[in-house]
Amino acid sequence: MNQIAEPRYVLTVRPLHALFLGGAFALFLGAVLADTAYATSFDIQWNNFASWLLVGGLVFGGIALIFAIIDLFRPRQRARGIVPYAAVLLVAWLAGFFSALIHARDAWASMPTGLLLSGGTVVLACIATWLGFRTPHIRGSV
Amino acid sequence: MYRHLLAAVPLSAVVAVCNGQAVPSQVGPEPELPKPERGLLPDMVIAEPAEWGSKVPTVPDGYTITAIATDLKIPRQTLILPNGDILVAEGRGGNAAKLKPKDVIAGIIKARGTSPVKGGNRLTLLRDSDGDGTYDASTFAEGLNAPYGLALVGSNLYVANQDALVRFDYQPGQTKASGPPETVTPLPSEINHHWTKALAASADGQYLYVGIGSNSNITERGMTVEADRARIWRINARTGEHKAYATGLRNPTALAIQPDTGQLWAVANERDELGPNLVPDYLTAVQEGAFYGWPYSYWGQNVDERVRPQDPKKVAAAIKPDYSLGSHVAALGVDFSTDAMGGKFSNGVFVGEHGSWNRSDPAGYKVVFIPFRDGRPAGPPVDFVAGFRDNDGTTRGRPVGVTVDPRGALIVADDLSNTIWRITPTDKQQH
Repeated sequence: MNQIAEPRYVLTVRPLHALFLGGAFALFLGAVLADTAYATSFDIQWNNFASWLLVGGLVFGGIALIFAIIDLFRPRQRARGIVPYAAVLLVAWLAGFFSALIHARDAWASMPTGLLLSGGTVVLACIATWLGFRTPHIRGSV
Repeated sequence: MYRHLLAAVPLSAVVAVCNGQAVPSQVGPEPELPKPERGLLPDMVIAEPAEWGSKVPTVPDGYTITAIATDLKIPRQTLILPNGDILVAEGRGGNAAKLKPKDVIAGIIKARGTSPVKGGNRLTLLRDSDGDGTYDASTFAEGLNAPYGLALVGSNLYVANQDALVRFDYQPGQTKASGPPETVTPLPSEINHHWTKALAASADGQYLYVGIGSNSNITERGMTVEADRARIWRINARTGEHKAYATGLRNPTALAIQPDTGQLWAVANERDELGPNLVPDYLTAVQEGAFYGWPYSYWGQNVDERVRPQDPKKVAAAIKPDYSLGSHVAALGVDFSTDAMGGKFSNGVFVGEHGSWNRSDPAGYKVVFIPFRDGRPAGPPVDFVAGFRDNDGTTRGRPVGVTVDPRGALIVADDLSNTIWRITPTDKQQH
């Protein structure tokens, strides 16, 4: 009798992919912190920082997203948990993109929408990172 | 978060719908001011440069236009010397760092609508030695730093570089500066987001007025870099000391003294990114000591929410300019007409409008005439020189400085085709 034994540990994201995923989260986190600093101090430099950190998050997140999409198109090797992970990462990236557009507005015109969008982006990026790094639950006996 | 995200999408749709509708009445002393609006992406329609070829700008019946100098290096403002020679200030200034990703992208897009030629940093002298309407060009002075404003007081030729007001000795008929200029006073030049330094001399020649633009659109480079910006200085010509003559003018790009009264007038460019019909650029008699709103408010007490911290006291103190030229027309030149211009163009001001870049339905790209009565604007602007831009976006020229030759000619600097245009009443084309 044949029995299919799934590997015990399946990585949803591999190391290079993981680098960009983790980087995106850190950069988006920096953006929301910079936004908060601007919103409380009116010091414009924080607004500039937030704008660039968002661009960095979008670049890193975008590369992670490409890894995820490639995985989605390889059903035989598709890692478990890739679908919810990719979906949340996509939403996080879109929120970050809208935030970047809002941040292109001059001075206080980017507030408070920019802060709210950056906050939403980092929460979603955090969820995506957790989904990406958790060890998928393996059904059945090993 | 999603409420904001979704709210942003219909906003850009509204912008698109509005653009097809008639523009609210935007010229004159009481312009209609719609609510501020800004979609997710700013509207940008950039001029598509093209050669003039055999074409010339259009002028009213009874007037003739000729190109009296071509292949200049970014001509901006001109000065008519007593003997009829014309001085042209050529240059391109500014040293503003790109602070945001948006600055990088917008810079690339906006550069497409301007001349690729390097600024000359020089003064060119144009002379029509035999009075036949053709001019020869020679270099009067070189090595200047983005010269813009020009004024002659007796034997003193004043040039407003982007970083200093300088003085040359000038004798009638001179074709070349006798030496390097002497600095009258340094001018605020850090960053120089709006770098042009407009210049006019008071009627008695005792004072020089210099227009100093803001260092940002609306404080997005921070408040500290706006010290000594967005104002008109009155400089003592003899000592070089200055005082802020009027403040809160975002970018006073051209100044002129009204004949008879000696009153200082200015055109100023107002803020962007509040929608296609905000905020109107304006023409105004400059009141000494007055505050014109920037950055806290526009057209009187209309608060600009983009500025933090706000300043209700400054908002309350802001006065309205006299006359709206329309939003985003980018007025860069102004001069008072004279009887020798003839007919209905003899009493009023000419205004050079460089043309918009952040409006889906472009505005400006022409020289208008605003008739005056009893020393005040009276009536809507009339096109005087047009045809710089076709409806399909093809743009052959962009007017900057306008100067009235008391012998009966209007001199227009065009910084896209690097041309000086001369418009004369046809019956006195050859003076």
